[in-house]
Amino acid sequence: MATSSTDTPTSEPESDDQEPTTTTPGEGSGELVEIDLYYPIAVGGPLQELIDGLVTDFETENPDISVNAIYSGSYDETMVRAQTASRSGSPPAAAVLASTELYSLIHADLIAPFDGLATTDEDRDWLGSFVPAFMKNSVDGEGRTMSIPFQPSTTVQYWNKDLFAAAGLDPETPPATWDDIVTMGTQIVESGVAPNGIKVPSSAFQYALLQTFTTQNDVELQNESGDETYFDDPRAIEALEFWRGLASEHGIAPDGLVEWGTLVEDFLQGEMAVLWTTTGQMRNIADNATFELGVSVLPSNVHGGSATGGGHIYIFKDAPTEEQQAAFRLVRWLTQPERTAEWSIATGYVAAVPEAYETQAMQEYVSEFPPAGVALEQLETAVPPLTTYDWGRVSKALNDAVSAVLTGQTSAEDALTQAQAQAEALLAPYR
Amino acid sequence: MFLLVPSLAILVTFTHYPALAALWTSLVTPGVGVSISQFETMVNDPVFGQALRNTALFALGTVPASMALALVMAVWVNRKLRGRGFLRLAYFTPAILPVVATASIWLFFFTPGYGPISRLVTTLGFADQNWLGDPSTVLPSLMVMNIWKEAGFLMIFYLAGLQSIPPELDEASGLEGGGSWYNFRRVTFPLLMPTTLFVSVISVAAALKSIDFLFIMTGGGPANASTLLLYYVYEVAFRYWDQPYASALTIVLIAILLSLTFLQLKVVDRRIHYR
Repeated sequence: MATSSTDTPTSEPESDDQEPTTTTPGEGSGELVEIDLYYPIAVGGPLQELIDGLVTDFETENPDISVNAIYSGSYDETMVRAQTASRSGSPPAAAVLASTELYSLIHADLIAPFDGLATTDEDRDWLGSFVPAFMKNSVDGEGRTMSIPFQPSTTVQYWNKDLFAAAGLDPETPPATWDDIVTMGTQIVESGVAPNGIKVPSSAFQYALLQTFTTQNDVELQNESGDETYFDDPRAIEALEFWRGLASEHGIAPDGLVEWGTLVEDFLQGEMAVLWTTTGQMRNIADNATFELGVSVLPSNVHGGSATGGGHIYIFKDAPTEEQQAAFRLVRWLTQPERTAEWSIATGYVAAVPEAYETQAMQEYVSEFPPAGVALEQLETAVPPLTTYDWGRVSKALNDAVSAVLTGQTSAEDALTQAQAQAEALLAPYR
Repeated sequence: MFLLVPSLAILVTFTHYPALAALWTSLVTPGVGVSISQFETMVNDPVFGQALRNTALFALGTVPASMALALVMAVWVNRKLRGRGFLRLAYFTPAILPVVATASIWLFFFTPGYGPISRLVTTLGFADQNWLGDPSTVLPSLMVMNIWKEAGFLMIFYLAGLQSIPPELDEASGLEGGGSWYNFRRVTFPLLMPTTLFVSVISVAAALKSIDFLFIMTGGGPANASTLLLYYVYEVAFRYWDQPYASALTIVLIAILLSLTFLQLKVVDRRIHYR
């Protein structure tokens, strides 16, 4: 077994002559294949019912496969569960895990490349049908597709038009540059309409928010194969200094860390005029805002930029081959344009398949709720989130550096130089 | 003896065997053999040092305070008061709420700007603080929450202790002409010593073991300022997937817990009047 699943993405055309293992239900052994799918819930709403509904539809169309969709807590908890199940010899066929786990899973040798499971030209075309920004942390250093974006998100800008108007600003024009953030924020604070011009969350995922600033400042924090980082690049230091300066220099953001848990409530309460947060909160904010809400792409400095995030589906290599193949069919089925559109509308996750935006359902949705279209626009300048080997420690080093700077304990230069040294020591063995 | 076998089997399977397995994992490096390299790493690990300091501060800051508060509350609700049952229930409520729920509520309490604590502080004329987002205030803030949560729970034990004190002793002390403070100091408190010992053992253990609120409130931040030892063990084990180091940290935690309990039992026991 498994000899057909090559490790290289360039499957030979001859493989088309192999037995068709996908798309034809009932062929093969004819036995029912039972697979486990672990998934986390990280957004509000009745996600569990949605997943169960999707699974039931899939099983009706594919009577030879039975799917156990198992809710497994948060992203972290799902990762713990998938890892321990794999190590004890009974891995799930597939799991939805954070996109940043890519190299941890590769290093632990737990996941199978999708390329090896693709048997038809259609399969291979499908692998190329996703938004490139997401595939950047699906494809590893060797060009293999190791995961498929399923519930992705990105950071965008929300602003309170009422506060803008009250402060004498044009309510239809959000900050479009770093200078705008400062001048508009200063006007908000000085006119006394809100205590803060802007809030950028920083109590967790500091690396991803730092990446919005660094991308706007035209610097990448890592190489494509996930074994080298550039935290101490002068443009990265400048980006972090700007972030810190919002509080320490310009007084338009709160001192210290900004808590994720109360972030949306802060915005709804009018604590700040501008908020940067994930597209995953778009529906929640739009439904609860008592003021005129605006949503736009993040401001530019050298150019625009944001970071993606969220969950990808991985297939586990130690699951029996027929289970891996069944999981492949499930993932392909789940990411068809119509279904992606449906999923995106119901959950607020970004549709990772551009064709989904051409479906009737999505077009109607965007015309009725224009902010949903902002996500696609933001993706054009988005980079993947920090995704390296030994990711837990590397991201922790960067998160601690950002926290130390934002709480005024140390300078951006010292903190990032130290984080880079830590990352360097951690990553050197992987090169 | 035979009747002890089931509970012994459960203890061995779920407590003693895992502890020994952790010791084994922390000492044996695959392909290298037995070494203390994990413990050497620990000595040079600044986050471990900080976690240890934080844990010590957290225990020192919460255990005596919540015990004292528990005793005061127990003496208070042990009197003949109207609505006594209601009062006892009110004090005990924090202990029966799920930690995740209380942590979410306190997250809101500590919100700078419009959170109740910030409102109170600014009304009193002090500067607002970013309670959980500042390294100097995060640990004290968490201690306040923990004292609130623990005191009600510990009160129940003191209340039980108070009710087992024979009322004749109070009467006798009253006849001797002792005031109520004298009575408390010379009669009640000494007779409560066995309860105090028990309460101190479980509250020290609780202070070292309860970390669930960190997941909701701070994630150990900012920059490890609120990382407690057990939380660090979780991070190393399930975020970094470094089992040997996590095992070594666990061994240290178990050693601390065992020696503290031993000390409490041996030292305090000598000063206890059981009758």
